This record gives sequence, C-alpha cells and structure tokens, in this order.
Amino acid sequence: MHIPDGYLSPSTCAVFYAGSAAGWYTALKRLKRVLLSRVVPLISVFAAFSFVVMMFNLPLPGGTTGHALGVTIAAIVLGPSGAILALSIAIAIQALFFGDGGISTLGANCFNMAIVGSLVAYASYRLIAARSSLTSRRRVAAAAIAGYVAINVAALFAAVEFGVQPALFHDAAGTPLYAPYPLSIAIPAMMIGHLTFAGLAEAVIAAGLVAYLQVADPKLLCATAGAAAAADAGAIGAMASARSLQRLWIAVATLMLLTPLGILAAGTAWGEWSPAELAKAASEAHSLVSPPPAGLQRLSSLWTAPFPAYAPSFVKSRSFGYLLSAMFGVGCLLLLSFVLRGLLERYRRKESSA
Amino acid sequence: MSRGFVESTTVGFARALTRAMLSERTARQRGLLQSLDPRVRVIGLFALILAVTLSRRMAVVATLLAVAITIALLSNVSIVTLAKRVWLIVLSFTGVIALPAVFVTPGTPVAAWGTVTITEQGLRTALMLVLRVETAVTFITILVLCTPWAHVLKALRALRLPKEVITMLAMTYRYVFLLLKTASDMFDSRRSRTVGILSGAEQRRMAARTAGVLLSKSVELGNEVYLAMQSRGFHGGVQVLSDFRLTRWDYCGLLSFFAVACAAVWLGR
Repeated sequence: MHIPDGYLSPSTCAVFYAGSAAGWYTALKRLKRVLLSRVVPLISVFAAFSFVVMMFNLPLPGGTTGHALGVTIAAIVLGPSGAILALSIAIAIQALFFGDGGISTLGANCFNMAIVGSLVAYASYRLIAARSSLTSRRRVAAAAIAGYVAINVAALFAAVEFGVQPALFHDAAGTPLYAPYPLSIAIPAMMIGHLTFAGLAEAVIAAGLVAYLQVADPKLLCATAGAAAAADAGAIGAMASARSLQRLWIAVATLMLLTPLGILAAGTAWGEWSPAELAKAASEAHSLVSPPPAGLQRLSSLWTAPFPAYAPSFVKSRSFGYLLSAMFGVGCLLLLSFVLRGLLERYRRKESSA
Repeated sequence: MSRGFVESTTVGFARALTRAMLSERTARQRGLLQSLDPRVRVIGLFALILAVTLSRRMAVVATLLAVAITIALLSNVSIVTLAKRVWLIVLSFTGVIALPAVFVTPGTPVAAWGTVTITEQGLRTALMLVLRVETAVTFITILVLCTPWAHVLKALRALRLPKEVITMLAMTYRYVFLLLKTASDMFDSRRSRTVGILSGAEQRRMAARTAGVLLSKSVELGNEVYLAMQSRGFHGGVQVLSDFRLTRWDYCGLLSFFAVACAAVWLGR
C-alpha cells in the first residue's frame, strides 16, 4: 500500500499533503495538551515498533504469508492521535531511508495508512468492544475486525487515488501520465490482495496482540477502553491479586502435604546434630575421639521444643506428625503476619489522623 | 519450523541492518554529493524528484535518469548497488503492475494476437510509469547513500519541519535498529529451542507473542527514555544544533539542481 513516486500526479500529491498536514497538526495539538515531553519518546518508540512489525512476514491461514501495518494496535494502545503520529513517522522513515514509498506521495501514504487507518481502526474497535471488560474475548474479536476493516478502507482510499489518475491526467493522445488503470480496474485489483492477505495479516497481529496484552499487560489497553477501563483496572488488580493469593494457598497446602517426604531422607542434615548424634557420627567416622563439646551439651538443654524433631509426643504416626508440625508452623506464621498487619494499619491510621 | 515465516522475517531484519551500514560507509566517501552541504543535497534532490513527477515527456524523464546516474557515479555510488537495490526491485514491482496496461489501455493498436491487442498508449503509459518510478527512487537512494541520517534530519529543519517531528524521527531511527536487533534475537532464540515443524496456528501465536513482548519492551523503553530525558532537563523544547555553513560551492550546487529541475519541468510540460 506504500505508493511510490510517479504513481500520483503532483496535484493529487499536493491535495493529500494538505490533508495529512491537517491531520498531523490536529494530532500534535491534541497530544501537546497532554504533555509533550511524555509523548515524544513514547511516539518514537511506538513508531519504531510499528516499523519492525511491518517487517514481520506473518503466516496466514491457507499457507501464505502477509505483512501487517501495525496501525490497529497503535490506535488501540495510543489512541488515534498517537497512532497518526507514530505511523506517519514510521512511514516517513521507510520512505526517506529505505525507499519504501515515495517522497512526493508521502502525504498520500500517511493519509491512507496513518490517518484513515488509525481513525477507522480506533472507531471500529471502540464500536465493537463497546463497554466490554478489558479481558473479554469481545475485545480480541473487535481488534481483529478493526484491523481488517482499517486496512481495507485504507486500501480503498489508495485504489481510488490510483483510479482517478487516468481520467484526470493524460496527454492529448489519451495516454495516462501516472497510474494507468481506471477505477473499474484499480479498485478490484487493489482490494483482492487486501481483502485476502493484507487485511488478514493485520487482523491476525491485532487480535494476537490484544489477546497477549490482556494476559501480560492489560493496562496498555486502558487508554481506549473508555469508562470500562477504570472499573476494569480495579477489577483486574483485585482479580490478579485474588488469583495470585489463590495460587499461593494451593502452593502452601501442597508443600504441607509433601512435608512427610523428609522422613525418606536418611541421616541428619549436616551441622544440625544433637549432642548424641554428634557423638555417634564421630565414633562412626573415627575422626573425633573426644566427646561432643561441653558448651554444646550445656546449651542443648536450654530450650526444649514442643514438637521435637517434628514429631509431637502425642502423635504415633511420623508422617502425620510432620503434617501437623507443618500446619502448626504455617498457622503460627499467619497469626504473626495478621498481628503485624493489624499493628501496621493502626499505626498508619494514627499517622493519617495526625 | 517453517522457513517461510521466521527465516524470511530475520532475513528482512538483516537486510535492513546491512543497508544502514552500507549507507553510513558510502556517506563517508569523497564525492560530488558528499562535498555539498546536506541542506543543498536534500532540497536539490527533492526538487529533482518533483521535476520527475511534473514532467510529462518520456525523453525528459529518461534524461533525468541519466542525470541521476551521473550524480551517482560522481558520488562514488556503485552502479551495481543501484541496479540490485533499485532498478531490479522497481522493475519487478512496478513492471508487474504496469504490464497489463500495455493490453488494457485503449488507443491505437500496434500489434494484435487474436483478442489481445497492444496499444501505443498502453506501451507509452507502462514505460512512463516504470521510468518515472525508477528515476525518483534512484534520486532518493543516492541521497540516502551519500548522506548520514543525522545530516538528513538537520537538513529537514531547513524545510521548516517542527522540531518535535525532527526529534521523533531521530529517536525512531535510533530505536528501529534496537528493536530490529531485539526481535531478531527473540526469533533466533525461539528457533534454537524448536524441534520439528510448527503448524500455521502455532506460528501465528508465536508471531503475536513475539510482537507482544516487543510491544511491552517498547513501552518500557519509552518510559525509560522519558525518565532519562526528564533527568537531563527536557521540558518539551528541542534545540537542534545547526553547524552547517553554505559556501560558494554549495550555492553553485543548489543553482545547478534548480536549473536542471526547472529545465525538466519546462521541457516536459
């Protein structure tokens, strides 16, 4: 869809430069209202991202491949103004540095892909996603449809620009001076490729990215989620914390159930000997002839644990003893954390009232 | 894993990086364009591209292509590079688009086989389109090959582009290569951990995930750059150093470019 130099007449190029200039001016003005210093690096990095995504050779259903534009995900994450600027910058670099798209046609290319593409993608996504939650499947479908529609509308604009050339610009003998095909050929020729490959590639990448962001980084979807975003941001946070807490409880319970596995290990952990075990180990190794140190013998009786060696005296089964000890330990830690939390909250309330 | 998807994408990345390196190397050589002020190069070659699109005569556009080749030779740009990077690619793309015009454009028949007719107007329009695109892309390619990107950006200031836009262009160009390298590394590491052939759906999921990680990294990078800019006192205003000085040679160059462009427009009207 990158129109090279020579396909459009200078007057067509001038018209689209004027149209794009209006779009760039409005987008820049809207973004300046936010905070320019914040926006400049974000737009630049996003333009670089769009540039790289345009180079992805996406596998499509049917065994073919196609290139996406990345305009839909830019419109969803940055909003229309940011997407217009980011895509325009990416298209300008492609034209200036890689010769992909012309200099005289830069205005038309930016108009079709960056301005029309971003606005259509944004409007379609908002319309279809409506007030659905950030993590709903509806948003994935909305991104796919928005991508497909945006690419095809942008391609239709390019096709019309091509198609009007022979009627408007030809010499006395009727030879077209620029793009040679009339609308009746230009539109079907352009749309066949976009209704199949290019539109599908954009739909695949937009839907895939939204699905990925819903799981990995949902806050990036907030900018264009409207009123649903604020509610969802809280819900996502609560859901994420509830989910992670649930996982934590499951992990703790599993670990507690697995504690009897410690019985399977032979011997004593190195350095954790009791005086009797130390004496036994020394006699077996024949390396220590002297009895255990006097200090160790004296201090070993200083504290007697309620569940010595994870085996409460009132429990006959060793495995059950381990499990009970684990439950007791976890319970003690939970109790301690609840007490600490209560104390901290009371301290915070006092601080805020002071 | 299919060669089509990962291989062709990484080959595309590598080609872009090679192209950037080649540009930096050619730009450092001595030559006609390199001896001119970057502003003269940018404005002069843009004027010639405009002349290419304004010209209505094939002979004039062909002369402009000859001018482009002469400038390339005098600027130490390899003709083989131009042939491979510009002429063949344009011919394979625009040539395919232009070819049916030979048969479908109404006009005076010059040859006919049954129902298939080649018209004079068809031949002329197809040739004109290919020639025009070849010439314009040759001009932009020799500009890029002979001018470091930083100089192109400074020269664009002469065209009164807003400073914010120049800053974004400069930053984007910088991060394009960083993200290309990151994406390439991601594909390489994924490929080294994959045995067998992935189905189409798996490949699409992989592409989306790679793009997703790249997106997260890009946003993170944008935030880091913003903080770095803040720490250096950036408040939105951009100062661009302009240490270019126009010499008599530059004025001669600019006048020559304008003279050729004006002559082409006049003769090709």
